Amino acid sequence: MGRFWSIMFLLVPILGVGVFVCAFMDETWPFVNMWFPEDISDHGYIIDNLFNTIMYLTGLIFIVTGLMLFWFMWKYDATKNSEPVKFTHGSHTLEVVWSIIPAATLLFIAIYQMNAWADAKIIRPTEMGPNGQEVVKPPLVEVVGRQFEWRIRYAGEDRIIGTQDDVFTVNELHLPVGEEAVIAIKSDDVLHSFFLPNARVKQDLVPGMKQFVWFRPMKTGQFDLVCAELCGWGHYKMKGRLTVQSRSDFDAWMKASAASQSLASFTPSDEDE
Amino acid sequence: MTSHDHHEMTVSSFVSTYVFSRDHKIIGLQFLFSTLLWFLVGGLLALGIRWQLAYPWTDMPVIGSMLFSGEGGQISPEFYTVLFTMHATVMIFFVIIPVLAGAFGNYLIPLMIGADDMAFPTLNMLSYWFMWPAFICVGGSFFVPGHGAASGWTSYPPLSDVTAASPGSGTAQTLWLLGVTFVGISSMMGSVNYMTTIIQMRAPGMTMFRMPLTIWSMFITAILQAFALPVLTAAGFMQLADRTIGTGFFLPEGNVINNSVAAAGGGQPLLWQHLFWFYSHPAVYIMILPAMGMVSDILACFARKPVFGYKPMVYSISAIAGLGFIVWGHHMFVSGMNPVLGMTFMVSTMMIALPSAVKVFNWLGTVWGGKIQFTTPMLFALSFVSMFIIGGLSGIFMAATPVDIFIHDTYFIVAHFHYVLFAGTAMAVWGAIYFWYPKMFGRMMNETLGKIHFFLTFIFLNGTFFTMHILGTVGFPRRLADPYHYETFRHLLPMNQFMTWCAVAMVATQVIFAWNFIYSIFFGKAVGRNPWHCNTLEWMAPSPPGHGNFDFQPIVYRGPYEYGSPETDQDYYPQTQPPPSSA
Repeated sequence: MGRFWSIMFLLVPILGVGVFVCAFMDETWPFVNMWFPEDISDHGYIIDNLFNTIMYLTGLIFIVTGLMLFWFMWKYDATKNSEPVKFTHGSHTLEVVWSIIPAATLLFIAIYQMNAWADAKIIRPTEMGPNGQEVVKPPLVEVVGRQFEWRIRYAGEDRIIGTQDDVFTVNELHLPVGEEAVIAIKSDDVLHSFFLPNARVKQDLVPGMKQFVWFRPMKTGQFDLVCAELCGWGHYKMKGRLTVQSRSDFDAWMKASAASQSLASFTPSDEDE
Repeated sequence: MTSHDHHEMTVSSFVSTYVFSRDHKIIGLQFLFSTLLWFLVGGLLALGIRWQLAYPWTDMPVIGSMLFSGEGGQISPEFYTVLFTMHATVMIFFVIIPVLAGAFGNYLIPLMIGADDMAFPTLNMLSYWFMWPAFICVGGSFFVPGHGAASGWTSYPPLSDVTAASPGSGTAQTLWLLGVTFVGISSMMGSVNYMTTIIQMRAPGMTMFRMPLTIWSMFITAILQAFALPVLTAAGFMQLADRTIGTGFFLPEGNVINNSVAAAGGGQPLLWQHLFWFYSHPAVYIMILPAMGMVSDILACFARKPVFGYKPMVYSISAIAGLGFIVWGHHMFVSGMNPVLGMTFMVSTMMIALPSAVKVFNWLGTVWGGKIQFTTPMLFALSFVSMFIIGGLSGIFMAATPVDIFIHDTYFIVAHFHYVLFAGTAMAVWGAIYFWYPKMFGRMMNETLGKIHFFLTFIFLNGTFFTMHILGTVGFPRRLADPYHYETFRHLLPMNQFMTWCAVAMVATQVIFAWNFIYSIFFGKAVGRNPWHCNTLEWMAPSPPGHGNFDFQPIVYRGPYEYGSPETDQDYYPQTQPPPSSA
């Protein structure tokens, strides 16, 4: 039976790699679109590449250790192996080697990731201020999570959130294509998480804290805005929609939205009496 | 089960022998039976989750109309949140932690160090009986309004903190907190007992570096638990205070949830996450280190060869425990914690992969050049190594902060911890049950049934969990009652259906195990003291050992893994066998 079990363990690296390769190869049946969702941001490829780098490194270890385990099981099966047991308590040299090499690799991975993290979460985008100095870019829009919807508030023409000309929507996040968008995120009640799978953006919303996310959408279209932190029984239906559109379409949409919420255009329906 | 019932059994002696027993072996078996029953409950809860993910909003066949008559046989979204909360709670607090420390720790520590019992037998008995209030609180939470706690096993406030936040955040959540606190008391009683016993009660000659790795891992785990648990207990009481007497530790100023204004404010929801993970990350190692120790023993025994690098193994267990205290922040990379801190936690988290890697290499070194006997416990131990490699390597992805932005709270994480805790720890526990069963009951479990059980479990667990990596790569989020609501994830339904049927088959496979386990207690092949020809002390005691364990004073002459030593003719060399010179 040793042969049977060895081969079963050999299948682990073979099928494991196989599943990943099938998922990786976009067009391979039956795993169509079983990899990252389409990337619409200008930084998403960095995260995808970091993922792939780790995947190749760990994949190599996975294959090598899997094959070693198989080979030892195959070769040192008690019913087939007539050699005496290698009576050893270990090897100092080997321990040093297999401590230092992984340590260096892991440290390399950690340091290699740091810039991408800083760009995504620490260094806020800047713009030219009125006096020619660089200032932190103000948020274009504020997204407030609450059970179970996204309340969205655009700064309007004065570029300040919380003033008269703000534009309000629910669950409809519109962004102009090709422009770095800074989004202020807050929560009204419990934890939520602002997750744009296509933009590789995720940040938890914490009540009592104001945070910012930023990215540059590079492609027009409609994409999912997902709540990724458990927020109650209706967590699954806290769905928003991201619409990326050209600057002119965006401006037209803003104008129309502003008009539709202005008092002048408010016509009470019969039911509201 | 014990061999000293010569006199007529009265009711009170039955109660003191088998119910309120102070014998570490009976307490160990009590933990084992309780955790196996809860394992069944946890598994069935998991099938509920799987049903919803494969066939959302459809009637559950046969049992749906009985369980969810109010919803016409479907799982409601409220109940779905209960399902994953309680699945994790049961599996972590009622299965993995007590089966490792409670069942195997109790049963093995005195036997493997040559002691007649634990240092504090009454405390030991209490550590089991303090599980019962926990069982009653958590089990009872299904029968109060809300039908179970529903804010995830991580119980993040404000959702868990404010009654109005969710149907499960009422009495059910209070019961949940009390239950977890009782588990903590039980674990703490066990920890101090294990530490004292291991330090004070080793047999003559049993130096620290002659202890089996199982004992080393139990020792380090007990230390981890003793230092980390008070933080969870304190956090639990803070949340209880928020819920019952109107404090605001975890509630910010002016928080309005579901039109209910919080009485107090000025707190910080992230504080809970820090306190919770300060315990619960070390707890992840509490849930794997004893399994690693037991696997090391099983591998050496059936490779008929010393453990490769015994001391490096001890050092790496210690390193995992030490580093385990400074990596909790990797659960919080996108939580709102200062992102600069995230970088620090990324480096420490990367470094904790190192001792795990060293252990894997040493296990491979142990198998290399041996004479492998493919018994059922050996197959489970080998699969632990194979599966732990997957679980360990996938951890590197989420340790990398930028990658974690995308995969955090997706099925990639779910895949990772199921490879560590199910494919790792649970497989090791099965291996340990098959391995020490003859010692516990004096009879063998059926090997053929054991191998069928192993084979099917191994196939179906990979069918269930390996595919989760792919779901996670697409971004498939955890804890959603209906992920297909989103365009991005709609095409993943067939894959989820495949996983669900693998999970159903995996749970069904456990019938073979249950049958084998129960049948063999009464009708298994009777065996002597040392059926596997092992070196460690527990195999020198009778099977099953009577009260007081040893019928002679064990004296230890050497380390635990002298298999195939040239000093002796047989291929094993028990720790108690005097060297030839002194014979």
